[in-house]
Amino acid sequence: MDGTGGRRKEHWGTHVGMILAVAGSAVGLGNFLRFPGVAAQNGGGTFMIPYFCAFILLGLPICWAEWTMGKYGGMFGFNSCPAIFGAIGRRRTWRYIGVLGILVPMGILMYYLLIESWCLGYAVSYLFGMIDLGPDPAAWAQRSGEHFTRFVGADRDGIMLDGSIHPSVVFWVLTFTVNFFLIFRGLEKGIEKVCTWGIPLMAICAFIVLARVLSLGTPDPAQPDRNVLNGLGFMWNPKPVAGEEPWYVVLANPQVWMSAASQIFFSLSVGFGVIINYASYLRRRDDVVLSGLTASSINEFFEVCLGGLITIPAAFVFLGVAFPMDSSFDLGFKTLPVVFMHMKFGSLFGFLWFFMLFLAAITSSLSMLQPAIAFLEEALGIGRRASVAILGLASVGGSLFIIYFSKNLSALDTMDFWVGTALIFVFATCQVVLYAWVLGVEKGAVIAAEGAELRQPRVFKFIVKYVSPVYLLAVFVMWCSIKLPGYVKDLADGGVPLLTVGMIAGLAIFLLLLISVGGSRWHAETRPEPRLGDVERLSREEVKDWEGAI
Amino acid sequence: MTLGGWIFMLGSIGFVLSLCAFCFWRVFRRPGTAERLQSPHTIATRDKDT
Repeated sequence: MDGTGGRRKEHWGTHVGMILAVAGSAVGLGNFLRFPGVAAQNGGGTFMIPYFCAFILLGLPICWAEWTMGKYGGMFGFNSCPAIFGAIGRRRTWRYIGVLGILVPMGILMYYLLIESWCLGYAVSYLFGMIDLGPDPAAWAQRSGEHFTRFVGADRDGIMLDGSIHPSVVFWVLTFTVNFFLIFRGLEKGIEKVCTWGIPLMAICAFIVLARVLSLGTPDPAQPDRNVLNGLGFMWNPKPVAGEEPWYVVLANPQVWMSAASQIFFSLSVGFGVIINYASYLRRRDDVVLSGLTASSINEFFEVCLGGLITIPAAFVFLGVAFPMDSSFDLGFKTLPVVFMHMKFGSLFGFLWFFMLFLAAITSSLSMLQPAIAFLEEALGIGRRASVAILGLASVGGSLFIIYFSKNLSALDTMDFWVGTALIFVFATCQVVLYAWVLGVEKGAVIAAEGAELRQPRVFKFIVKYVSPVYLLAVFVMWCSIKLPGYVKDLADGGVPLLTVGMIAGLAIFLLLLISVGGSRWHAETRPEPRLGDVERLSREEVKDWEGAI
Repeated sequence: MTLGGWIFMLGSIGFVLSLCAFCFWRVFRRPGTAERLQSPHTIATRDKDT
């Protein structure tokens, strides 16, 4: 029995659709909200040096490794990360480590759907002119913050589920339903179709907003310094992180390198378990090298060329240097509504902006559903309908937990830290080790080369084997030393953070149990490896398969 | 906006646009890029029936 349990294996419809689906997975809120804030706070233009170094030495190599492992796992007939890890690692331990490839997207999905629904809520509110911050411009910043706090229920726990109908809960239900309807339609008719239409539409919305921002000029003649050029300068001028040091001193600051690596890492969606799942639907003669590079370059386009030119310059033109940009929420949901209030036709541009964020979010959230769907199908030998139902129940439970514990968004923040950051680092490290040291870079290169439209640089083998793991571990250790103590203290204090981590642990145990059930079905370790280069034999099998279907 | 700012902005955007242009050129010069990867029969998964 193969990994599909007798079910017909899904595949992508077109090359372009597949590339756009992976790009859609990578392009998310972080491209437009996180990147500008991180860059502006970490040296402005100088930040781009460590940023592109991280792209070449960390992001792209891990991305290619994931694509290659996914395609190789697909040759065994597997689509879920635990099964693919088991097949590559040839040991049961790897199968269990592969749980991270399901836990990470499922965990992130639980709060990401909520954030996605805020984007939808804000978009609809702008469309119908429901966001009014009052007549006094001096109070707009405060009222914008209050509006956000009310909308997400950050005042106190349980406020969103107190029996009355809260708009944000309505939008969450809507977002949840749309996501599960689309994922139920399958890989080609659901994910691929949404990304094929969604990404160009997202680009159109972003271009319209960009054109508006770049044509703002100097909106307030009384404050001539607040103009678009200075806004771009606030984002791109090389500058020290703090003090009066020369700008190039930034390059000696390890925290800047860590911020750049983290940004690239999260932006490209490596370590999420999504790419490995998506690539498993490729056939062995399909390209992974050019496809991986193209999907990454699309992500960079949205991040650098659009995200880098819109958010910070727009905020600077109207608010000067005094606006909060420490977090994505501050910049996106508190600062930008004030900017749209200042802007002529602000409601229209507000709608376009938040609708674009919603599109960015939905193409990402759909990608987080598919790994778990594939896993449930493979582990339990069930169909798509049943696996969507199980995943839906689990996601509802997790999301309601986060919606209930909404005070200061503490449950969401805890999930984001432990699952959306720490576990991603751990999982990416496991992936690099599995690819470079277990599968082997030579064998990996052969798998990637089959059907490749582009030759991988030879230095890639050295980078992925030595540079990427060391780079990754250095960033992870530095990140832990800075961030971990605070979150561990929160855990020790008990309350919502401890409950949230308990929920993550419960989910992990549940998934491990499913892996043990699925393991007896997969027999990955005992099955013969696909012979590399033996294309003809496989083609005949596929032809027979089609004939059987006819 | 300083000269350094212009250099970093145009350099970064230029690098990303060049990369995108190169990738799209390579993707689309391949005949049949937007055509189906396989027979429709392989896409009708039928797992909805189970």
